[in-house]
Amino acid sequence: MTTATTYVGRRLGRYAYVGFCACAFVFLVAPILVIVPLSFNAEPYFTFTEGMLRLDPDAWSLRWYRSIVEDEQWGRALVNSMIIGVAATLLATTLGTVAALGLANSAMPARRLAMGILISPMITPVIIVAVGVFFFYSKLGLAQTHLGLILAHAALGAPFVVITVTATLAGFDQTLMRAAASLGARPLTRFRRVQLPLIAPGVFSGGLFAFAASFDEVVVVLLMGGLEQRTIPRQMWSGIREQISPTILAVATLLIIFAVLVLFTVEWLRRRSSETST
Amino acid sequence: MAAGSPRIRAAGLTIPLIAFIGVTFIAPLGTLLTRSVYDAEVAEILPETLAVLADWDGSGTPSEATYATIARELLRARDERTLGRAATRINRIQSGLRSVVVKTPRRLGRDADADPPSSWREALVAIDDAWAETATWRAVREAGQPFTPRHFLNAVDLETRPDGSIGAMPETRRIYVPLYLRTLWVSLGVTALCLVIGYPIAHAIVHAPSRWSTTLLVLVLVPFWTSLLVRTTAWIVLLQNQGVVNDILVALGIVADNDRIAMIYNMTGTFVAMTHVLLPFMVLPLYSVMRSIPARHMDAAASLGATPMQAFRRVYWPQTLPGVGAGSLLVFILAIGYYITPALVGGQSGQLISNMIAYHMQTSLNWGLAAALAAILLLAVIGLYVLYDRVVGIDRMRLG
Repeated sequence: MTTATTYVGRRLGRYAYVGFCACAFVFLVAPILVIVPLSFNAEPYFTFTEGMLRLDPDAWSLRWYRSIVEDEQWGRALVNSMIIGVAATLLATTLGTVAALGLANSAMPARRLAMGILISPMITPVIIVAVGVFFFYSKLGLAQTHLGLILAHAALGAPFVVITVTATLAGFDQTLMRAAASLGARPLTRFRRVQLPLIAPGVFSGGLFAFAASFDEVVVVLLMGGLEQRTIPRQMWSGIREQISPTILAVATLLIIFAVLVLFTVEWLRRRSSETST
Repeated sequence: MAAGSPRIRAAGLTIPLIAFIGVTFIAPLGTLLTRSVYDAEVAEILPETLAVLADWDGSGTPSEATYATIARELLRARDERTLGRAATRINRIQSGLRSVVVKTPRRLGRDADADPPSSWREALVAIDDAWAETATWRAVREAGQPFTPRHFLNAVDLETRPDGSIGAMPETRRIYVPLYLRTLWVSLGVTALCLVIGYPIAHAIVHAPSRWSTTLLVLVLVPFWTSLLVRTTAWIVLLQNQGVVNDILVALGIVADNDRIAMIYNMTGTFVAMTHVLLPFMVLPLYSVMRSIPARHMDAAASLGATPMQAFRRVYWPQTLPGVGAGSLLVFILAIGYYITPALVGGQSGQLISNMIAYHMQTSLNWGLAAALAAILLLAVIGLYVLYDRVVGIDRMRLG
């Protein structure tokens, strides 16, 4: 092979690589790029009208956002999502953080097995969890209650807290605790005054993961929740299945904004925690 | 808090969560497994009938006393509104019996108990000939068995023949094994697609100029954090008949307006949307592995005369294998249990085993079968989870 053909070949290879990557990134973000502008469509269509493409201001409108506010179902769904999400997050974060303290301890017996059990809710298909939870919680009278959903969502969210906090604790300097102990601090004080402030970013981002998991969970709600427990994803589900209206796109856009906010918060917390742990 | 050895203290901290997961998560899975082999509903509704039937030898029809007992118990079940549940279960053993069971107490009338007919057998047979058939009584007896392998047999397309042997269902009724195979095949396909698309993405993020790489990483993380339902909705908007992609194809003249491509509510929809949803789970493990490969390895390969292709194949690719394994296993585990996306964009042909579980839970109300189908899926996932732990290690799982 002459150097000239090698050179051409490499250039072509390079172009193919860049082109393929560009397509892959377009595939990743295309759905979001489409949802956001279409939520401002003045017509009840799911496609760009000619007016929208001409950037005619009359073809764009906020009517679908107005219909979210006017429809009290969405308001109630938001309240339900918040109640269930916040309560499940508090439970999962408290129990998960305490468990992570044990798991991060080198003296922990059967560490791998414990970790395997605690992370299993994250890996198990949600439909299986939903079926099991429906059977079991029905017997306890917890089906179609907020408490039932809170408990189920807390179980689904706890693994995220365990993973995040264990990872944060791996970078925690244990000599700080010994120093605090030598200065006479009792175990609970040591945890509250020294360890917790330092691992707080990890705890907080674990909590965010747990909240996001609950806030996006629909299968358990479908099987076990009643009319009184309709959450945002449940409301979207029936919107997509039954009467698909562009209001769904407006809700979707708001959820994308929420996702971006969560993403940047988590990244900010990650940076903070790596600064404090080194 | 300070009491005990460090081992006990460490274990003690994990106990609250283990107990919580045990009650809220493991116990429900236990109930599910029980449900798949145990159903005492008929045994509770028709206890005396089943007690009398226990003496029946299984040929011809049972005694007059059995007819009298079942008539009385069916009447009571009707009053207690449990008749429908018994009828459904008996009907599952032999279809057609639901209406027989439901109409029998109605035709007998409320006063049949006070003013009994001279022969219960004749009265019942007069209502429906089915009461004179051996198969009907066998079905009642079988439905009364609280422990049954029936659901599991059913879930793998087997049935118990009248003579007690186990054999394959008639070909037209074999649906679950093909569905498991389809789920397996779709999951493998989605995993492969995620790898083919995700590998260059991860590579681009790691090797792009630094001012670009953060932006590219954000492009992966935004979909990762975005609600699953939002992303699935987006694919409906993009791929439906009057959707954005078809509009573009028509505008470009590639496709005729009256001949738009069906890209959603079928297997294509399931494939595209699932690949998109699971892609970040492939990219993130690959990204963290690729980031740890020193650039000088490729430089060294080049300086030793390797072409870029050779250097990639012999030096770079082998070092990324841990990431390939971790990402592929994770995507595969998540894919075989997928429910939401196929349910919304899969149409008829793009349904997976999870959708069948939901169908039996919500529509056919055959909860025992739903539990058996779920139990088999659960077993597969546990197997894969153990494999993941062996290959990657659960404690090395990272988020975001």
